[in-house]
Amino acid sequence: MIKLRVNGREHSFNADPEMPLLWYLRDELGLTGTKFGCGVAQCGACTVHLDGDAVRSCITTMGEADGRAVTTIEGLDPEGEHPVQKAWRDAGVPQCGYCQAGQIMQAAAFLQQTKNPGDDDIDAAMAGNICRCGTYQRIRAAIKAAAKGA
Amino acid sequence: MSRIIIENVSRRGFLAGVASAGGLVLAAQILPLRALAQNAKKFGADAMPHGTVNDPRVFVSIAGDGTVTIVCHRSEMGQGVRTGIPLIVAEELEADWTRVKIAQAPGDEAKYGNQDTDGSRSTRHFMKPMRECGAAARTMLEAAAAKRWGVDPAEVEAQNHEVLHKASGRKLGYGELAADAAAMPVPATDSLKLKDPSQFRYIGKDTPIVDGFDITTGRAMYGTDTRLPGMKYAVIARPPVYGGKVKSVDSAEAMKIAGVEKVVQIEGEPPPSVFMPVGGVAVIATNTWSAIRGREALKIEWEDGPNRAYDSKAYAQQMRETARRPGKVVRKEGEFDAAFARAATKLEAEYYVPHLAHATMEPPCATARIQGDKCEVWTSVQSPQAARDFVAKRLGLPPGNVTVNVTLLGGGFGRKSKPDFAVEAAILSREMGGAPVKVMWTREDDIHNGVYHAVSVERIEAGLDAGGKPIAWRHRSVQPSIGSLFGPDSKHQLALEHGMGLADVPFDVANLQIEDGEAAAMTRIGWFRSVSNIQRAFAIQSFVAEIAAATGRDQKEALLAMIGPARIVDPRKSMSDFWDYGENPDIYPIDTGRLRRVVELVAERGDWGRKLPPGRGLGIAAHRSFVSYIATVVEVEVDDTGEFTIPRVDIAIDCGAFVNPDRIRSQLEGAVVMGLSLAKKSEITYKDGRVEQGNFDDYEVARIDEAPRETRVHIVPADFSVPLGGVGEPGVPPFAPALANAIFAATGKRIRNLPIRDQLMAQASGTTK
Repeated sequence: MIKLRVNGREHSFNADPEMPLLWYLRDELGLTGTKFGCGVAQCGACTVHLDGDAVRSCITTMGEADGRAVTTIEGLDPEGEHPVQKAWRDAGVPQCGYCQAGQIMQAAAFLQQTKNPGDDDIDAAMAGNICRCGTYQRIRAAIKAAAKGA
Repeated sequence: MSRIIIENVSRRGFLAGVASAGGLVLAAQILPLRALAQNAKKFGADAMPHGTVNDPRVFVSIAGDGTVTIVCHRSEMGQGVRTGIPLIVAEELEADWTRVKIAQAPGDEAKYGNQDTDGSRSTRHFMKPMRECGAAARTMLEAAAAKRWGVDPAEVEAQNHEVLHKASGRKLGYGELAADAAAMPVPATDSLKLKDPSQFRYIGKDTPIVDGFDITTGRAMYGTDTRLPGMKYAVIARPPVYGGKVKSVDSAEAMKIAGVEKVVQIEGEPPPSVFMPVGGVAVIATNTWSAIRGREALKIEWEDGPNRAYDSKAYAQQMRETARRPGKVVRKEGEFDAAFARAATKLEAEYYVPHLAHATMEPPCATARIQGDKCEVWTSVQSPQAARDFVAKRLGLPPGNVTVNVTLLGGGFGRKSKPDFAVEAAILSREMGGAPVKVMWTREDDIHNGVYHAVSVERIEAGLDAGGKPIAWRHRSVQPSIGSLFGPDSKHQLALEHGMGLADVPFDVANLQIEDGEAAAMTRIGWFRSVSNIQRAFAIQSFVAEIAAATGRDQKEALLAMIGPARIVDPRKSMSDFWDYGENPDIYPIDTGRLRRVVELVAERGDWGRKLPPGRGLGIAAHRSFVSYIATVVEVEVDDTGEFTIPRVDIAIDCGAFVNPDRIRSQLEGAVVMGLSLAKKSEITYKDGRVEQGNFDDYEVARIDEAPRETRVHIVPADFSVPLGGVGEPGVPPFAPALANAIFAATGKRIRNLPIRDQLMAQASGTTK
């Protein structure tokens, strides 16, 4: 029996421990804010926090999540008032928006580590998150704004 | 076949190849006009299936508390249409935007007008009807208030969500008037008083997107996010070769995977598949993971069919050979051969752009449920009416029995105009006795079974006189055609492909010849953001810079010289079918003055000619597409190893009037990144009929660490006397040539084949002493 905490709530799971956390979150818990993009940790759309670290839920198995705390976009701030979320809206970052939950989760974890990032820091931290709409310029601006406001 | 085919792919000419149903619809549309004028031709929105609707009862509802709900009937895929279209209605309605809610229309073109969200035409085609819609609703509210007060409607005026009677100072809110207003007759369109653009409160000003909060909190619902009681999850093993089919399948191991409930074979539509599924073997399970594992356990033997030998290397060579022979002449002015023969300087070059996959971040996905003789679908499609028609056709139901609910689209770029995935979901729901089934495409499915941008070779030859002025221009274009998806492959391009930057070249050259070389399609070919303009702008705008280099001139000056003086270019004089993006060439002529203006604007704002350190260079390119005018300046820095970065991009657009400038900037910022992806990294290749790439590790797209450090967008101010142009697509084409020209300026290396990938690295090591 796998036990894990998702957005502050305890859950247990008694099936394939190889199932990626992504599909558990989406199909079993209905937390569809975390997106499928590639399935092989190439695009970052599925990024969640595992004990506070940004991870790709598409390659994180349920076995690996056992006993850990998961935060998804739905749990980052229930009111959407996390500085990164606010900065994202203020900068008008999203176009289609599909990758943005992963971008925001990646940025939120990054800003925990790096307080006043420059462009190079941001590029290095965010290079695993693809945005096919090409919102990168605004992502950089939003991360800097969130860093200042945080 | 559906009528959608006619309108998406052909205005005329192609009609002969289309089966009867489509022809009948088109005939019904044009016959009344025929009675008026023998040669009347429809343009713009009128030429699209179901045209436009401006009835406020269709698009606007007002609740007792004053909440205004505006229907958006076009699909949101990142371009901001769910904000822009309702904003137009709200403007004329005098609604308070903070009290407006948006409802997404299902696929129903008879009710809403055309819903094909492609071709960069939502705002262009619906600005007028949506203004009329808002104005009509406003007039009904005013009439209701006047009646309530017993005064002449001329004495009342709607202002910011209420109606005022100036003489008495009385006011009534929209909520208080809603019921009465709904009972008022809808005013005739020609009686409506539209606002003067100087009075606009919303149009022309930045407005945040309506979905911003939902997107940043994970609440936004995409096609992949549909959840229904009892829903099953499916993935499909599709034929690896277009036109292939299942020879045999052994599903015993798959059925042993926990959660797998059923394995079913789907009959594919042989080429031309139009928007129907390509077939395969589906695994239906209780969750996506089980379905994926079940599919891995299938043992399938494929029969690859006629495209089994498709090899993109060999095909490219064949296209190059074709481009060296005369092709079908599409446009001819003067005498190319004679002029070329006497030219003092002769230049020629071939440019290659590979197949591209859209690779939307949300792969194709759809959910369907069948209850009795009705089918309901939830999906992210650019063409909900086509999804409805194709689902209905495949299930044998009347289209009226099929509902297609449109979710947000996690990217579209043309892929989601082709609703094969919606049909798959409907087939599988039927297989499961009507239970809801979600069909999820994995990234590998998306890359392997796409509807690809056409591979192309563009060969240009030019002759210059002794003064360096071009006197002869011949452009031969070779690419498999989008038409091959819809009918027998003519092996030549459609008028709409000729019309995307090839035959409509706006240059001032007396002897001009445009040819189309034969190329048979060996995979599904479809439209990808900006379509054939990608390869034409790359070839033509690179070639102009090659002329500049050959004659020792500045790129920008050479480009302006090629464009020539400000004038109207009318290709109808020298070609049979000037597509002009479906618009009326009299209203949307090729205006070289506007093209020159964006070149001058981007040069001025982009500090063209600025001094740069060694290893850096500037490139410029300009291109008209989707009846808008764009020019781009790229600054590149190439290091000793051949790696390059892009410190700055300037991009100028003249799209006439517009609604939400923030979304123009975002679209162009994004177009630059998409342009970079295809210029630098992306390539679909084939071996033995199979796509060789599978995920973002080998089908690469631009990431943040290689994106331009700064993109500055310069918008020619809105002029409401100028008809609207497209915005979503036209930013893409000029980027690749501007980059290639910048690389030449920085290194002397001319890029003629995309993607660039490591071509500069070979250069760097090759020239190191």
